[in-house]
Amino acid sequence: MTPVFSQPRGAQATRRSLREMREAAERRKPSVLLGKVLYLDKLTVSFDRFKALNELTLHVDPGELLCVIGPNGAGKTTMMDVITGKTRPDEGSAFFGPDVNLLMLSEPEIVAAGIGRKFQKPTVFEFLSVFENLELALADNKSFWHTLVARLTSSQRERIDEVLEIIRLQTKRTAMAGALSHGQKQWLEIGMLLMQEPELLLVDEPVAGMTPQETERTGELLLSLAGKHSVVVVEHDMDFVRSIARRVTVLHEGRVIAEGDMETVQNDPQVVEVYLGT
Amino acid sequence: MKIRQQALSVLFADRASLGFLALLAAVGVLVPILNVAVPESSPLHLSTYVVGLIGKYFCYAILAIAVDLIWGFCGILSLGHAAFFALGGYAMGMYLMRQIGTRGVYGHPVLPDFMVFLNWDALPWFWYGFDQFWFAIVMVALVPAALAFVFGWLAFRSRVTGVYFSIMTQALSYALLLAFFRNDMGFGGNNGFTDFKDLLGFDLQSDVTRSALLLATAVTLAVSYGACRMIVTSRAGRVIRSIRDAESRTRFLGYSVESYKLWLFVFSAVMAGVAGALYVPQVGIINPSEFEPINSIEVVIWVAVGGRGTLFGAAAGAILVNYLKTFFTGALPEVWLYVLGAIFVGVTVFLPRGLVGLVPALSRDR
Repeated sequence: MTPVFSQPRGAQATRRSLREMREAAERRKPSVLLGKVLYLDKLTVSFDRFKALNELTLHVDPGELLCVIGPNGAGKTTMMDVITGKTRPDEGSAFFGPDVNLLMLSEPEIVAAGIGRKFQKPTVFEFLSVFENLELALADNKSFWHTLVARLTSSQRERIDEVLEIIRLQTKRTAMAGALSHGQKQWLEIGMLLMQEPELLLVDEPVAGMTPQETERTGELLLSLAGKHSVVVVEHDMDFVRSIARRVTVLHEGRVIAEGDMETVQNDPQVVEVYLGT
Repeated sequence: MKIRQQALSVLFADRASLGFLALLAAVGVLVPILNVAVPESSPLHLSTYVVGLIGKYFCYAILAIAVDLIWGFCGILSLGHAAFFALGGYAMGMYLMRQIGTRGVYGHPVLPDFMVFLNWDALPWFWYGFDQFWFAIVMVALVPAALAFVFGWLAFRSRVTGVYFSIMTQALSYALLLAFFRNDMGFGGNNGFTDFKDLLGFDLQSDVTRSALLLATAVTLAVSYGACRMIVTSRAGRVIRSIRDAESRTRFLGYSVESYKLWLFVFSAVMAGVAGALYVPQVGIINPSEFEPINSIEVVIWVAVGGRGTLFGAAAGAILVNYLKTFFTGALPEVWLYVLGAIFVGVTVFLPRGLVGLVPALSRDR
C-alpha cells in the first residue's frame, strides 16, 4: 500500500493513524453509501398454476435509479407487492441491506424499515392543505394523545418546507390538495413518501395521465431524488424511461430477460421480440 | 399551559367561534337576569318556562355537537347517541331520587317510591353512592364512557363502518330501551324517575335554581364547544378528517385508525352523558322513552340542518329544530313529524351543507 501522506512525523504514529482512518472509513461506509442494497433472489410467486414471478433475481444499489419495464403481466406489480409485504412469495428471498429480511416483516414494519411505495392512483387528503398533507406523513409519534397536543418543531417545519421545495409546490402550500392538478397530486404523494425519509422509494407508473410538461418535471424530480435515496420506477412510457434511466431492467413472464443501459436493452433481441412480437 | 394557550388562540382566532361564544355568554347572562331581576309586571320579564326551554335547547345543542364531532369530522354516523344522553340523565336522576328522602309519597327515608311500591326492602347495590353529588357526576361521565369504550372497541377493532355501525348503534339504543322498561332492573321501569325536589340543597322549582341551571348549561356548552374545537384544529383533528375521507390511506401512513375512532367516540359519548345530566333537572323527568331510536335519528337531523362538520352549525340546528318542535307540537301537534321530515328532505336536497352553508364565510371546512 502506498502511503498517501508525505512526510510522516513518525513511522509508528503514521501506522496508527492510517489504520484508524481506515477503520473509521470502514465504520462510516454504510452511511456514506446512503442506504442499503435491495436484493431479491429467485423469487417465485404462483397464482394457481400461473407464475407471476419465476425465479426473479434483481438488485438495487444504494442511491441508484432503476427503471423496471415490461409488458402487461410481466410481474412488475407483483414484485412491488413482494417488496412491500403485500404478497408473500412461495420461494426465494428478499433482503434490504445485509440483515433486514423483508419476508419476515409486516407491511408497516417494512415502511418503518425505510421502504416507501407510491401507488399508481394518487391518494392525497383532498380536504387538507398541501402543507397539512405533508404534516400527516411526517415521521413522528402517531398516537392519538400525542397528535392531540403536538405542535411542529422548527426542524419538522423546515423538513416540510424542504420537501415542498423538492416537489416544487411551495406556492401551493396552503392550497387544498383536492384543488391540485393530477400531476401536482402525484408530486404531493411523492412528497408524502419523502416525509417518511425512506431509503428506498418504489414508484409505480408515476407519469400515467400526465401532460408532457408534467412528465418532464416528474423526471427531474425522480432524478434529483436518486443519490440521496434509491429509486425504483416501474413505467410503461418508453420515452419517459429513456429520458431518466441509468439502468433498465426488463421483466417478462416473471423473469429478468435483459439488464443494462437503455441502448443495450433496446437492441437486445429477446426484448425486441417481447415488445414487438415475432 | 402550552395546551391552554393553544386552545385559547384557536378559539379566538376564528370569528365564527368568537361570535358563537359571545352569543352564548349573552344568553347565559341576560336570560337569568330577565327572569330573576326583572319584575313579572315588566314586559321584559321572561317566564321560568322560557328559561327551562332555553336550558333544554342548550342541552340538545351539546348533544348535537357531540354527534357532529364524530359524524361531521370522522364520518362515524352514530344513531345511538340518545342512549348515552339518557344514561347520563339516569345517573343524575338517581342522585335526584335519593335527594327526595322522606318527602316521597311513601316517606321512606332511603328507598325511592317505586321501590317501596315494588315491595323491595333494600337499595340495590348499584344505587349505592348516588346520594353523593360527586359520585353521581363521576357516573354521568363514566357510564357512557365505559359503554362507548366497550362497544367502540368491539366495533372499530372488527372494522365495522358505515351503515353497519349505524344499525348496531340503533340496536344498542333499542336494547337499552327494552332493559330500562323492565321494573326489576331497578330504574323505575316505564315511569322512570320524576317528582324531583332539590339539587345540592337548592329547590328545583325556584326561579333562581332554574336560572343557575341554565347558566351552568351555557357554560358547559361553551366548554364542550371549546374542547371539540381544540380537538378538530389539532393535528389529531386533521388525522380524524383524513380517516373520514380516506381511511385506509390514513392507516397506510402509520396511524392507528381504530384507536383514533375509539377515543373520539368515547369523548363524544361523555359529552352526550353530561348533556343528559343537565337535561334531567331542567325538564324534571327521565324515563325509558329517552332511549327511543327515533331520538338519536332526530339528533342527526339537527346536525344536518345546522351544517355538518362545523360544530356551531350543529348547535344552531339543534336549537332551531327544537324551537320549531316546541312551536308545532303546541300549535299543530299532528303535523310535526311531517314538518320534521320536510325539513330534513329540504335541507338534504337544497342545502347539503346545512344552514351554515347559506353564509359562505362560515361554511369553510376549517
